[in-house]
Amino acid sequence: MTKARFSIYRYDPDKDAKPYMQDYEIELGPNDVKLLDVIVKLKAMDDTLSFRRSCREGICGSDAMNINGKNGLACVTNWADLKQPIELRPLPGLPVIRDLIVDMTQFFKQYHSIKPYVINDTPPPERERLQSPEDRLELDGLYECILCACCSTSCPSFWWNPDKFVGPAGLLAAYRFIADTRDLATNERLDNLEDPYRLFRCHTIMNCVDVCPKGLNPTKAIGKIKDMMVKRAV
Amino acid sequence: MTVPVRRFDAVIVGGGGAGMRAALQLSESGLKTAVLSKVFPTRSHTVAAQGGISASLGNVQEDRWEWHMYDTVKGSDWLGDQDAIEFMCRKAPEAVIELEHFGMPFDRLENGKIYQRPFGGHTQNNGETPVQRACAAADRTGHAMLHTLYQRNVRANTQFFVEWMALDLIRDEAGDVVGVTALEMETGEVYIFHAKAVLFATGGAGRIYAASTNAFINTGDGLGMCVRAGIPLEDMEFWQFHPTGVAGAGVLITEGVRGEGGILLNANGERFMERYAPNLKDLAPRDFVARSMEQEVLEGRGCGPNKDYVLLKLDHLGPDIIKQRLPGIREIAIKFAGVDPIKEPIPVIPTCHYMMGGIPTNYRGEVVIPQGDNPEARVNGFYAAGECACASVHGANRLGTNSLLDLVVFGKSAGDSMVEFIRNEMPTWKPLPANAAERSLARISRLDNQTNGEDVTEVRTAMQRTVQARAAVFRNSENLAQGVKEIQEVAERVKRIQIKDKSKVFNTARVEALELENLIEVAVATLISADARKESRGAHAHADFQQRDDEVWMKHTLYYGDDRRLTYKPVHTKPLSVDYIPPKERTF
Repeated sequence: MTKARFSIYRYDPDKDAKPYMQDYEIELGPNDVKLLDVIVKLKAMDDTLSFRRSCREGICGSDAMNINGKNGLACVTNWADLKQPIELRPLPGLPVIRDLIVDMTQFFKQYHSIKPYVINDTPPPERERLQSPEDRLELDGLYECILCACCSTSCPSFWWNPDKFVGPAGLLAAYRFIADTRDLATNERLDNLEDPYRLFRCHTIMNCVDVCPKGLNPTKAIGKIKDMMVKRAV
Repeated sequence: MTVPVRRFDAVIVGGGGAGMRAALQLSESGLKTAVLSKVFPTRSHTVAAQGGISASLGNVQEDRWEWHMYDTVKGSDWLGDQDAIEFMCRKAPEAVIELEHFGMPFDRLENGKIYQRPFGGHTQNNGETPVQRACAAADRTGHAMLHTLYQRNVRANTQFFVEWMALDLIRDEAGDVVGVTALEMETGEVYIFHAKAVLFATGGAGRIYAASTNAFINTGDGLGMCVRAGIPLEDMEFWQFHPTGVAGAGVLITEGVRGEGGILLNANGERFMERYAPNLKDLAPRDFVARSMEQEVLEGRGCGPNKDYVLLKLDHLGPDIIKQRLPGIREIAIKFAGVDPIKEPIPVIPTCHYMMGGIPTNYRGEVVIPQGDNPEARVNGFYAAGECACASVHGANRLGTNSLLDLVVFGKSAGDSMVEFIRNEMPTWKPLPANAAERSLARISRLDNQTNGEDVTEVRTAMQRTVQARAAVFRNSENLAQGVKEIQEVAERVKRIQIKDKSKVFNTARVEALELENLIEVAVATLISADARKESRGAHAHADFQQRDDEVWMKHTLYYGDDRRLTYKPVHTKPLSVDYIPPKERTF
């Protein structure tokens, strides 16, 4: 058994005037590997500790949080690799509902704003729309996004303008549809982003790439959209 | 206490694959529809499905829906209803093509068609040779499908109630369903959703087991609500153990690994499936492979210091195939098993994965229960689809990739039935009963006021240990009888569970307590149903009754929670258009 020390952001608007950091100490065994396992154990000790979680294997995107200053998913993070006391905070830049649970309305609003669905008004064929393996490959690194919001909430441009800047997650999704040979709305999509804020607030700080738990690269996708804008202008 | 009422034509509980496919039918028909989900829809457990969705597209080899039907009937060990199975397999190609048209990013063949891979129990010509029927988006098919369905619902302007937990089903004096109560998690407020039709698409309940591939949210909420409302549960003794859960962690490794050529090895390095299933080998159906693995371990040929797992070897596929077709598996193996499958095999054990039983429905998605002489009378206004429902297409054992198919085929079918019902039979809302929210309010208030009660985590752990020990891959009379006794003791403890968190705001302790009240209903149903079935069929492998007994036991179990009693109803042996597939010995 080894001891682990935690410092966790706590705030319950029902009873707390303001947020505070609470210290926890816990004995852990060899089966407690992931940070999420440990937080679940902490909750068994103190059932008021509040956070989201579901799949516990890095695919649902529920348990994104700020871990020792860096956004990540608790379920795929080994607690033993972290410097103690392990400091857990809610994702930065979004309103806190309670403890580690943030209000993601603004994040999803931006995702919805890019029309995240294939637009193709030609009558569908009887069978599948054909797509070559090479064209399909263009979607790799884009479609795997789990909407955990680690990227957008690590982006200073998103912190300052969450209502105007689409943010890395939304722009990655925008490029996912631009890159899809089955989507026929590229021009409309570019128009939708042709704005001093929506796309061009990305200053390639690349925090998004640094934190993405799926290893995706929103900055690269944003760069490609910017290139298309430039090409379209000439 | 007055409870606010919100009124919709249709209410869907659950935002996974089935709920969102049904939602499209309802939203696009112009009916006012609400989708309630405990989590943001793309976080539903459909997202974790990996290997594929089956359809006899025949993109790689010749395939026919009749062969798919045969495999599904045989996979079900003849407990599946053949009308529902025919319906699903016939609809499969159009359902998959529709997903492609919705924008789902399937992998592609050189000719631009959807990529298909081999999977357990998928064969050509009624069992002759394996066939590539599983349509795949790498090993993230569920993720690709769920996100596509969400995106399509954004386009259709579906109204989602995100992080709302349905609490109880509302039935009127006639027994008709007229709505649900639900808890808004962010505020702690309880609402009544008054509806002309309600669909349950609440998913599975694998969390009754200590080790499960299932997400934390898979707590059988729809089943708990049914039991409390007097609706029976069907075939609850049948739980699928997926052969390849990561040993110790429980996380799923898709059967698609074996579809791509991966093999199982015992401690002697022997490919033991060749002995058990000479024809299909590692691609025999899941119940069969899981039992073979357990047998290897029982006979001392398990791997590791405790000889308690086997190895899934795939390094011979080469880094390119692994990176291209199985990237998610590689990620999981590295993170949860500490091995890179490009170099080393993955330690695996059979792990609880899927609930074949559920809320009794027909292939139209209508909930049907015995009434007088009719074993399947419709419950007006009530529908179910997906893992929570029992149509029954999976019978005693589900084939891999038939679950994603089930979601879209029966989600759509239930949606169509609801539109028809609302248009033709329900011009207006039936009145709510006076005490519509009484049960839910009583549950919440008991939790708020309970003192000297039982700890939620402790009781849940006791339940999970009991189910894990008593309703495992191999079962026997003594163990099951003991399990029935133990689980009912745990159920008594659940009545006194207590939470310390009394906050109104996003109280996850309260949610977990309410979930445990659902889980325990599923756990009790499982043990009582399993204890009664004196035969071996599909996933129910009984040491004291090792043969399938079609004379006595080719019938569906129905469990009633109010007095914990069982009744039975016949299996549908008449398909919709083709000939009956009569039972025969199940070898692979």
